[in-house]
Amino acid sequence: MKERIPAGLRELLAQATADGHLPWRRLLKAGDWLLLLAAAALVAASFPLLWRGGVADRAIVKRDGQLVTELALNIPRKYEVIGAIGTTVIEVQPGRARVLSDPGPRQYCVQQGWLTRANAVAICAPNHVTLQLAGRSGQNGAYDTLNY
Amino acid sequence: MTRSIIELPVTADDYRIARYAAAAIALTVAEAALPSPLPGIKPGLANIIVLVVLARYGWKDAAWVSLLRVVAGSLVIGQFLAPGFFLALAGALCSLAVLALAQHLPPRFFGPVSASVLAAFAHIGGQIALARVWLVPHDGVFYLLPLFATAALVFGTINGLVAARLLAAAVATPATPPSVKAAL
Repeated sequence: MKERIPAGLRELLAQATADGHLPWRRLLKAGDWLLLLAAAALVAASFPLLWRGGVADRAIVKRDGQLVTELALNIPRKYEVIGAIGTTVIEVQPGRARVLSDPGPRQYCVQQGWLTRANAVAICAPNHVTLQLAGRSGQNGAYDTLNY
Repeated sequence: MTRSIIELPVTADDYRIARYAAAAIALTVAEAALPSPLPGIKPGLANIIVLVVLARYGWKDAAWVSLLRVVAGSLVIGQFLAPGFFLALAGALCSLAVLALAQHLPPRFFGPVSASVLAAFAHIGGQIALARVWLVPHDGVFYLLPLFATAALVFGTINGLVAARLLAAAVATPATPPSVKAAL
């Protein structure tokens, strides 16, 4: 093999180097600008998809799979659920909810911290209590849980 | 042991495609060393080569370079037949399909940047479609679409500009007709 870079490409590189500075705007034609604008608009329009996971507006508390209560996420409050081995305390603040304390030995649901998105869930298995957020749109009801 | 020599007829076109593919593979390998914030988001520098080949030698050569790049590039970085390979292949096939159409855009108004951006979008489209069907059978993958689309727009534009810059030089150095001057 005589050359490492294809002859055509080498010529182009040499020529491009020899040409010196060429304003990059001159590399774009009218159609390119239009296409770029359209593409940028589409990309911007697609961003709400990122948040389609949804804003949560209520917290659903269940014990043994049975609904205990639904708490609106607009007033801060605390709610106590008596479960299989003790009392689980749920804390609600505007737009978010968490398990404040739980009698479970490993504290997984407490350590999960604040839940903010629709369909996020914290499960306190030893106490048979779950806390799940729900959004306005019912369309995500097909999923048990979504994690972020 | 008898030395047997098998000679396959190699045309000048084969050499040229192989050399361009080698350049594209080199860029793929160099790029594999770059950290990526999200799997699938890469600059795709090898596509600069594909764009240059497309403009100078036509779609068939570009397809060869692109597909050789995917296969050989994945062999070099140890990704052959791994999920990443199939995603790259799906992306490359979709890009090539779009480029086949995009090359008919009126050259008076559309340059390599348009081709590059369209191909970049086709690339992520193909990748996400395959990922949705095969790797992550859940609509959750589409949540990432805006990020992929942004990357496609940015890198597609940059790659297109680089290709346009190289091809602007090509106006000064007219393309060597493939078969006349053997690219040796």
